[in-house]
Formats: sequence, C-alpha cells, structure tokens
Amino acid sequence: MNAFLALLKRDIRLSLKEGGTIGIALGFNLIVVTILPLGIGPDQNLLNQIAPGVLWVTLLLSLLLSLDRLFLTDHEEGTLEQMFHGPLPLELVVVAKALAHWLTVGVPLSLMTPALGLLMNLSTEQFGILTLAALIGTPALSFLGAIGAALTLGLKRGGLLLPLLILPFFIPTLIFGVSTTTGYLFPAGNYDSALALLAAISLSSIVLAPFPTAWALRFNMN
Amino acid sequence: MTTTTEPTTFWGRLWTRFNNFFSTIANPGNFLNYSAKILPWLAGLSAIGFATGLYITFFKTPLDEEMGQTVIIMFVHVPAAWIAQMSYALVAASSFGLLVWRHPLADVSAKAAAPLGATITFLCLVTGSIWGRPDWGTYWQWDLRMTSVLVLFLLFIGLITLRSAIEEETQAGKITAILALVGVILLPVIKLSVEWQQSALHQKAGIIRGEVAIEFLIPLFIMALSYTLLFFYLHMKAMRAEIYRRRTISQQRRLAYEDHQD
Repeated sequence: MNAFLALLKRDIRLSLKEGGTIGIALGFNLIVVTILPLGIGPDQNLLNQIAPGVLWVTLLLSLLLSLDRLFLTDHEEGTLEQMFHGPLPLELVVVAKALAHWLTVGVPLSLMTPALGLLMNLSTEQFGILTLAALIGTPALSFLGAIGAALTLGLKRGGLLLPLLILPFFIPTLIFGVSTTTGYLFPAGNYDSALALLAAISLSSIVLAPFPTAWALRFNMN
Repeated sequence: MTTTTEPTTFWGRLWTRFNNFFSTIANPGNFLNYSAKILPWLAGLSAIGFATGLYITFFKTPLDEEMGQTVIIMFVHVPAAWIAQMSYALVAASSFGLLVWRHPLADVSAKAAAPLGATITFLCLVTGSIWGRPDWGTYWQWDLRMTSVLVLFLLFIGLITLRSAIEEETQAGKITAILALVGVILLPVIKLSVEWQQSALHQKAGIIRGEVAIEFLIPLFIMALSYTLLFFYLHMKAMRAEIYRRRTISQQRRLAYEDHQD
C-alpha cells in the first residue's frame, strides 16, 4: 500500500511539475470549443442543442491527447523496468498511473465543463449534471486508455495509432454521458439511470482494464 | 503409440481423439498437407452453394408482401452479418490460443482472419445501407445495431493497423491478440443491441423464433452455408500463404547467416 501511494504521489507530482500534460489538455479543449462555434455559426439555439455532445467529444479528444505519455517517459528512461522488478504487482502500478492520470487530467477537464458550457450557450441548470457526469465518466477513459497506451508503447508513432484503437471503447461512456442531459436514451430529466451506468462502466474499467494493460506492458518490455 | 492408457468412457475417448487431432493439425507441416486436401472441396461446395442459393433467390423466391423486390438483398446482407461476427469470434479464439498455448499457427490464423473479417463487415454495412434506402427511407441511421457493426469494422481496422505498425512479428502477434481479446466485449453488444433499443429499425432476431416464412429460410441458409464455406476457403488459403511467407523469411535468414559464416 505504501509503495502504491508513493507511486501515485510521484506521478501526480511529476505531471504537475512538468506542467505540459495538463496545460496541453486544457488548452486543447478550450481551443476546439472556441473553433467549433466559429465553424458552425453563432446560432444560439443550435449551440445550446449540440452543447452536451460537443463538450463530451472535445473532452474525449483532449484526454486522449495526454494518454500516449502515460507509460512512455518512464519506459524511455528505464523507470518502468525498475517498477517491473519492484514490490508492487504490475497491475497495481497500472492502477496507480491511471489514477494519477485521472486526477491530473480527467478531473481538471471535467471541472472545466461549466466554463466551456458558457461558450456553447449551455443552459445553466445543466452545468451541474454535466460536470458530475464528466467526473463519474472520466475514470473509465483513463483506465481504458491505459490499455491503448500499453499496446502502442513500443511504437515510434504510437500516439497517432492510439485514437484509432481506443476511441471505439470510449463510445459507451460518450453515449451515457451525453444522455444525462439530452434524453437521448432515457426520458429527459431522468438522469439517474445514465449516471448509474456511467458509474458502472467506470468501476468495471478500473477493475478489469489493468489486467490487459499489464499484460501488454510485459510483452512490450522484453 | 504412447504408454498412456486409453480412457474407457465414450466421451473420454472422444476427447482424446479431439486432442490428438488438434495437436496433429497444429503442426504447420501437417496443416499444409491437410488443407491442400480440403481446399478444393471447400471451393467446389461453396461455388455450388452460391450458384444454387443465388438461383433460388432470384428466380424461385416469392416477393415479400411489404418489401417487394428488395427482400433479395436479405440473402446477401444477413449471412454477411453472421459471418462478420463469426470472423471476429475466430480472431478472438485464435488470439486466445496464441496467448495461452503460445502456438504460432494460432497467430497465423488470427492474422489471416482479420482482413477477411474487415472485408465481410464492410460488405455487411454496404448491403445494409443499400437495403435501408428503399425500405426505411435512409441509407444510414444511428441505430444501435448499425453503430455497433460500424464499430466492429473499426476494430478490425485497428487490429490490422496495430499489427502492421509493430515491426517484430512475434511481438506484433501477441500485442494484437490482447486488443482482439479486449474487443470481444463488442460481440454481445451487437447481439443484444436490438433488444436494448426498442426504437431500433432492425427487427429482432426473427429467424430463431420462427417468424420467417420457410420459402425465405431455405435460400437464406443455403447462402449462409456458402458464405461460411467461402470464408473458410479464403481463411485457409491466406493461412497457407502466411506459413509459406514465414518459412521463406526464416530460410532467407538462415542463408544470410550461413553466407556470413563462410
């Protein structure tokens, strides 16, 4: 447990100090949400309607942007190999790293939702629920994304391949995330079931995803 | 042969037979011998099947009351959808075989099945789209089943791309196998999609519940059988090509090594 916490703290501190990861994710999210209304045209009603979907899609893409670095730096400098031989099972190393990724990228991106919602003319009563949905849904993205990061670890241009491999697995989170506000699958206003399903996806990803991730890491390290 | 005692029960003997058969066929040399004998039969039967199936479809099948002429597309579309899912199941099973028993032939099978699966999934999407226009009034609708089959297609593309991106071949096989196993989650989604989404355009599986008339069922099953035979013909052919390719590469390596020794 000590080793787990130490690793978690180290990863959080590293990504805070490096600064690049969080800054790029937040900045990318902002620039895409800025550019989209310019392309679509400033029709307030239209923007209001598409706001939840746009915010979720840009959230997925921004989060994806930082995923390829999840194991890469540690792999290049050999720290990952040290962890491989350390006291912590590789599966738990994966959990610590993905959790750190969620805390440093997923949470800030989710908390950014209301600000971007203003730009997209999202109705104010939807701010809370959309942010909550993002907070509940993003752990699944970090943990599922870890699989993709591990699969593409040894590749020269893995960062380009990662979206193709991993976005299909983000689809359920996207669908249930958007349906908290749009009545897309459930009647509008009835967001309990969508939130419950988001939580279910996140929890099962946290439990299941570390195994294939660790498996792929082992193959990629020797 | 060996000193192991033969099991006495019927199922026990059957299991031993099965195991023996499996370990024989898993040897690439044996596989090449057996497949050379089976291939012409697969090709011939599949050709006969397609000829009969298409003849019945076009000249003998009565027109559907609601759909009219366009019902013919069903005999191309529905088997393609079945085989698309089956080919993914085959990729996944082969990947499992590679990761658990570490057998190279399982990797050959997974590698050969992925492009075939992608092609047939694409065929399923295209025929469905062509069928959808006259019957539902649209080429595409984001109904859960279409979406999940589209995702299946993307998954095949991902598998092919990932494999080709990794240079070292055994490494590529193992890494791709992990992705294939993770993707198995999608198969039940495709199956259950019409049950989950009540508003879906696709009807629920009527074939199992006996809601499809017999004059449609017969050509449908002939076509499905021909599709299956064709798939396994192409799969076996691709596996043979892959085995020969790998042999050539290792032979070239050996020659290069011997040259170097001289």
